[in-house]
Amino acid sequence: MTAHDWLLTDTPRSRAQARLGRLYSGWLGFARNRLAMVGLGIIVLLVLVAAFAPLLATHSPFAQELANRLQPPSAAHWLGTDQFGRDIYSRVIHGSRLTLYIVLLVALTAPAAGLLIGTVSGYLGGWVDAVLMRITDIFLAFPKLILALAFVAALGPGIGNAIIAIAITSWPPYARIARAETITIRNSDFISAVRLQGASSARIILGHVVPLCTSSLVVRVTLDMAGIILTAAGLGFLGLGAQPPLPEWGAMISTGRQYLLEQWWVAAVPGFAIFIVSLGFNLLGDGLRDVLDPKNS
Amino acid sequence: MGGLLASVILTLLGLLLVTFLIGRVVPIDPVLAAVGDRASAEVYQRMRMELGLDLPLWQQFVYYVGDVLRGDLGTSVLTSRPVLEDIARVFPATLELATSAVVIGVAVGVPAGVMAAVHRGRWPDHLVRVLGLVGYSVPVFWLGLIGLLVFYAKLGWTPGPGRVDVFYEGLVDPVTGILMIDAVIAGDWDVFWNALSHLVLPASILAYFSVAYISRMTRSFMLDQLRQEYITTARVKGMSEARVIWRHALGNIAVPLITVVALSYATLLEGSVLTETVFAWPGLGLYITNSLLSADMNAVLGGTLVVGTVFIALNLFSDLLYRVLDPRAR
Repeated sequence: MTAHDWLLTDTPRSRAQARLGRLYSGWLGFARNRLAMVGLGIIVLLVLVAAFAPLLATHSPFAQELANRLQPPSAAHWLGTDQFGRDIYSRVIHGSRLTLYIVLLVALTAPAAGLLIGTVSGYLGGWVDAVLMRITDIFLAFPKLILALAFVAALGPGIGNAIIAIAITSWPPYARIARAETITIRNSDFISAVRLQGASSARIILGHVVPLCTSSLVVRVTLDMAGIILTAAGLGFLGLGAQPPLPEWGAMISTGRQYLLEQWWVAAVPGFAIFIVSLGFNLLGDGLRDVLDPKNS
Repeated sequence: MGGLLASVILTLLGLLLVTFLIGRVVPIDPVLAAVGDRASAEVYQRMRMELGLDLPLWQQFVYYVGDVLRGDLGTSVLTSRPVLEDIARVFPATLELATSAVVIGVAVGVPAGVMAAVHRGRWPDHLVRVLGLVGYSVPVFWLGLIGLLVFYAKLGWTPGPGRVDVFYEGLVDPVTGILMIDAVIAGDWDVFWNALSHLVLPASILAYFSVAYISRMTRSFMLDQLRQEYITTARVKGMSEARVIWRHALGNIAVPLITVVALSYATLLEGSVLTETVFAWPGLGLYITNSLLSADMNAVLGGTLVVGTVFIALNLFSDLLYRVLDPRAR
């Protein structure tokens, strides 16, 4: 029996086999979607580049060679050099770490906060629900980028504060989704059974409701990752995100701006990197939605 | 209806609370900023009381709401003018940019979405899908810079950044603040054409994102309609295909489309922050960013408040329009 047959058997012998089989058939559906596979490829590549950045980079991302300022792409500097003679290729490679760092931190904190608020709100109902959802609505009514700008203005520029600002502005949709799911789960028999066994609300929410809400959140988070990258790059471009000399892509575009007309590659290269990565996340998100959440595709 | 009004007022209060709290956590001491760091402790205390900072937080908030309702958003440190006056001066430029973008967005996005739905799975559909994907993935400020590089520097088709050439600046009296309308009122067609040529590139770049959104939504609305039985009936009656699509199907999705357009208008206001920075467009977005970089908090929070209010107003508007236009929602 091949692994393929073992995974897709109609009579799984164990719970693990059944679970793995379900994952595998989901994967088969996902793998049929060519665009989604391209997206997955881009993201895997991003992770590999970030992991092996010091090996892939040909120069230090910070080393200045003032004699070689603003050089066009050449054999020595594959993508040219910036206004301090730093190697743009190496800076873009190292910048992938910052991008991944921002995306991961936001994509872990914002959905977690939204999940907690949404499930508590949906499960408890009553005035807790009314208050929490009102707060969520207020945050939803804000334009995200402007609110993030105001928060960064208050907290001061920097990559950490940019992450906090983006997270603060991105949790409300997750709270909405989690609440909607919770309300459909709340009155089901198995929740009543757990409640009759004496489980506390906290235990029911964390142990039984939250796990059921995660799969619809995963899709939404993946679709939002491109947006997170673009917002972070926008903050960097305005000088409010990562600060120089960090090789953050948005900040690199911002410094390249003054050399745009003569040395276009300084601004063009990091922008292209942002584009490719957010395209990857968008393709991956579309593919995941088709597999995990077919009714919305 | 009353519920809607109450929720709008609550949201506006929430907006005020957020800007108020942001203003409190700023690491700049407003008293020190007012009296200078050489003032004695007495002067400092007096100023603190004058600014109302010795009061409990909730009372300060009540005063803040009162000030905002009276149109007092504080004074900008950067321009030393009232923030509201500054915003009134820069807002028309943003309005001009965002409105042109939404007009382009509708003019291109709706037909593109209809074509994609009609030719589902064939090349027009793929083209719209690819253009949409690119629109969702590309950083707007970068696209603006590339646009300037290609169309201004390399091809010379469009003028550079700014709202009008330096030569034409200040030639027409601001009446509405929207330069093109002012030029028409003054009868100065040179200024009009110059302003229009400056508007084309930033408006198109900004419009790209609403084209992506509007065409995607139009496509999915149209697909829903084309599946309905009344479409089959119309075809069976021998009605021309063009009439079936553009009149019957498109007519039925007009109401949800208006909501989509209102929402995309709101996001355009936001996108204008970055676009205005790239194109040195003297609107609200550029005003907010410049104030941010010089830590001019009154201006930043005032701008945030105005954009937030417009955002809420557009949402309310689309909600109301939906109720008025859709007989089922009445």
